[in-house]
Amino acid sequence: MTPALMRLRGLLRKEILQVLRDPSSLLIAFLLPVVLLLVNGYGVSLDARHMRVAVVTQAPAADTRELIQALAASPYLAPVAASSTAEAGRLLTAGEVRGVLVLPEDFSARLMRPSRWPAPAQLLANATDPNTARILEGYVQGALLTWASGRAQEKRLLPSGGIALEHRYWFNPELRSADFIVPGMVAFVMSMVGTLLTALVVSREWERGTMESMLASPARMGEIIAARLICYFGLGMLGMAMSVLMAVLLFGVPFRGSLLVLGAATSLFLLFALALGLFISTLARSQFVAAQLAFLTTMLPALMLSGMLFDIASMPAWLQALTHVFPVRYLVSVLQTLFLAGTVWQLVLPNLAALALAALVAVGATVAVTRRRLD
Amino acid sequence: MLAEVAGLRHVFPGGRKAAPVVALDGVSATFSPGMITGVVGPDGAGKTTLLRLLAGLLRPTAGRVTVLGHDMATDAQAAHAAIGYMPQRFGLYEDLSVGENLTLFADLHALGAEVRAERIPRLLGFTGLAPFTARLAGRLSGGMKQKLGLACALLARPRLLLLDEPSVGVDPASRRELWAMVATMLAEGREQGMGVVWATAYLDEAERCGRVLLLHEGHMLAEAPPADFLAALRGRVFALAVPAARRRLAGRLAAVDPAVLDVAVEGDALRLVLRAGASPPDPVALGGSTLVAVAPRFEDGFIDRLATAPAVAPVEPKQPVRGDGPAIEVHDLVRRFGPFTAVDHVSFSVAHGEIFGLLGPNGAGKSTTFRMLCGLLRPSGGSARVAGLDLMRAPAAARARIGYMAQRFSLYGELTVGENLAFFARVYGLDRKARGVAIAQALDRFDLGEVRASVAAALPLGVKQRLALAAALLHRPDILFLDEPTSGVDPLARRAFWARIGALAEAGVTVLVTSHFMDEAEYCDRLGIISAGRLIATDTPAGLRARARGPDLPAPTLEDAFIRLVEAA
Repeated sequence: MTPALMRLRGLLRKEILQVLRDPSSLLIAFLLPVVLLLVNGYGVSLDARHMRVAVVTQAPAADTRELIQALAASPYLAPVAASSTAEAGRLLTAGEVRGVLVLPEDFSARLMRPSRWPAPAQLLANATDPNTARILEGYVQGALLTWASGRAQEKRLLPSGGIALEHRYWFNPELRSADFIVPGMVAFVMSMVGTLLTALVVSREWERGTMESMLASPARMGEIIAARLICYFGLGMLGMAMSVLMAVLLFGVPFRGSLLVLGAATSLFLLFALALGLFISTLARSQFVAAQLAFLTTMLPALMLSGMLFDIASMPAWLQALTHVFPVRYLVSVLQTLFLAGTVWQLVLPNLAALALAALVAVGATVAVTRRRLD
Repeated sequence: MLAEVAGLRHVFPGGRKAAPVVALDGVSATFSPGMITGVVGPDGAGKTTLLRLLAGLLRPTAGRVTVLGHDMATDAQAAHAAIGYMPQRFGLYEDLSVGENLTLFADLHALGAEVRAERIPRLLGFTGLAPFTARLAGRLSGGMKQKLGLACALLARPRLLLLDEPSVGVDPASRRELWAMVATMLAEGREQGMGVVWATAYLDEAERCGRVLLLHEGHMLAEAPPADFLAALRGRVFALAVPAARRRLAGRLAAVDPAVLDVAVEGDALRLVLRAGASPPDPVALGGSTLVAVAPRFEDGFIDRLATAPAVAPVEPKQPVRGDGPAIEVHDLVRRFGPFTAVDHVSFSVAHGEIFGLLGPNGAGKSTTFRMLCGLLRPSGGSARVAGLDLMRAPAAARARIGYMAQRFSLYGELTVGENLAFFARVYGLDRKARGVAIAQALDRFDLGEVRASVAAALPLGVKQRLALAAALLHRPDILFLDEPTSGVDPLARRAFWARIGALAEAGVTVLVTSHFMDEAEYCDRLGIISAGRLIATDTPAGLRARARGPDLPAPTLEDAFIRLVEAA
């Protein structure tokens, strides 16, 4: 065995033993992804299902009862009867319902006698979150229209014919936001785990003074960096595999792409994240500062600028340009494609190329800043 | 020649507010094979910087470092295979076992299987670590860690062995073992031209080196064999026998005597170093009885090179005695941490105006006892009364009568001297008027007026320590607790510090000191020796020495006495 290989073996064995003995790396690699995926997979839901709507019927009749049933039949709405507008207002203020539908006294009468004035109904929506308010409006309107046209056809008030719009939602036919968020979440998790793992490990060596004896030994800097990258690469890939399994088995997100491409994309990204961690801890040298920097450089971009939650195409142009700096966006794009659409090469290839470039830059920068000296 | 430094200067760049620090300036020296070269000096002298430069871990600002013919600024890699370096914190992986640490270093030096099979068991046996091969390094005692660090550094049979303060924080017995081990390895490696560089703040260790590099605040005071330091002092060092009760007064008189360069308390005697050419003073005039010439020590040489006047502390205002009975009374004090008994039925009492020292190696239970006496930790059993107050019942009231100076600098580095004092005055509840008076007095009495506006972190160690003492005394406490107050401080600053403590005790302030440092112990009126949580002896320093005296050891030092007592316990 050549001296270089022997040194690498020694360093690698040291890293592995440290990982096995010290629970903090294992917690970061395995517990952090589980917690993040569970919290975000279940907690962050952009779906509006079973929105509670208070219905105030000032003159109950067969029509209004039918209408309420029609609302209840929608998977998105859950009507709740309220005795008065005042009570409904209280429910809305207390946040117990997302909106209030008021059917006034003359609702049924107007409905029976279609005239120049259609039957009036009022929708009050809690618009603190404008998105949800708009969604609610759409669903209520849709439910009302469906009910009204069905009723009209039944009573032959309308001529048959007209337009039948048949729609299909591609890639995510059930419009489940988990299918959209969880793949991005996997990227988020990897971004944090990869960087945190190495950022803390190396700064710990600085703090404990072991780095000093490494630097004074015949071990080359390249060997020290390589041993760390290899060890934590293994750990990070295990964490990644676990996250993907959770996405598929627990959240029921379909996986339609190639596992090989998945492996390639995550490997490249992990290499980038690990090298970034090494870079941070080389500069920071204290675990506290390193952890702060790792969070700052990974969490915010991954959350805000990766396209995981917020569509990059709808950002202002300068912000869109900024997202290109953060490699996590390329991984999010690859993962979303692989999970939901399959291996679409024209999407996957440029992203893989970007990830490879990022990994190269990060490893190069780390090697460049790591000198064999304390000053 | 093994290594050489020439015209060495190293400057650490300053931060935003801090000025650059000149760690070493104008240091030139050679390091020879076949001997231990001591790099000796107090904290902040530049020892660690010099060793790091020799290990090629730092690039000198100016000058050259050559190790085995390799210029360390450009060619450090080539020299690393022949260097064994043990950093101050041993550089061990705490979550690796003893055996795994050794295997790692064997791998790093690419030692073949046969070499390993021969050397690792041998080093394990040599260091006495063989029974602990499977134990994690983090679970070893300080002394054992130090031996493992040494074993790792020795594994590749280095030509140059660099040891950075290997004996800090370990008990005297382990320190002696370490010296013996290094001497053995050196004898074995003599034919391959091995040499050792040993950095230490313990000046007494310098005498065991073949050659000494004496550093002080980045400058080289001397480079010579230790005997040279002593030669100039022959006939200038005396022991003045004084009655215990008049010890401090006699010390004060001696310090102002123009013939005297240095005064140190040593049990029932004062150790006087005279100025070159001065004739010995009259012992009776100083309040003593006899004046006997004694052998000079390395520390005397250090003081001689710095040649300043001995420290005379201002007389402290009399402290009224409050409450009756002893100032500190500890009875059957016990503290357990789970199954581990850190303090095991310790009892002692300290009279008003007495300086009492708790002496013991790290981990013996000194700090735990201390924390209980400060009311910071609840005892598991027994009682402790401080200034007549029961710590279990009135910890806050008792604490108001205590001044505490921690081992490490515990003031706010970002605040100025004045701001630190103002902060501590407020914390101790001094009202506006009292605060102003107390701070003005502290600045005056502790010579801090000039540095009042300086940021505390930027002060030299000795000044920091004065500031810490000033802060601990702002509220005029009856009792002063000192935790290893002068470890690593240069002998001059230590003398000045203890002169102040002596003056405080004269004024009626009770002082409790913990230390593993024999020099500090000498200044105490009485000592309690703690080992493995138990108080194994309580006596005056002279009494302790008398206990260890025997035919084989006619003039035991306090360290000898300490080792005997711990071994016998």
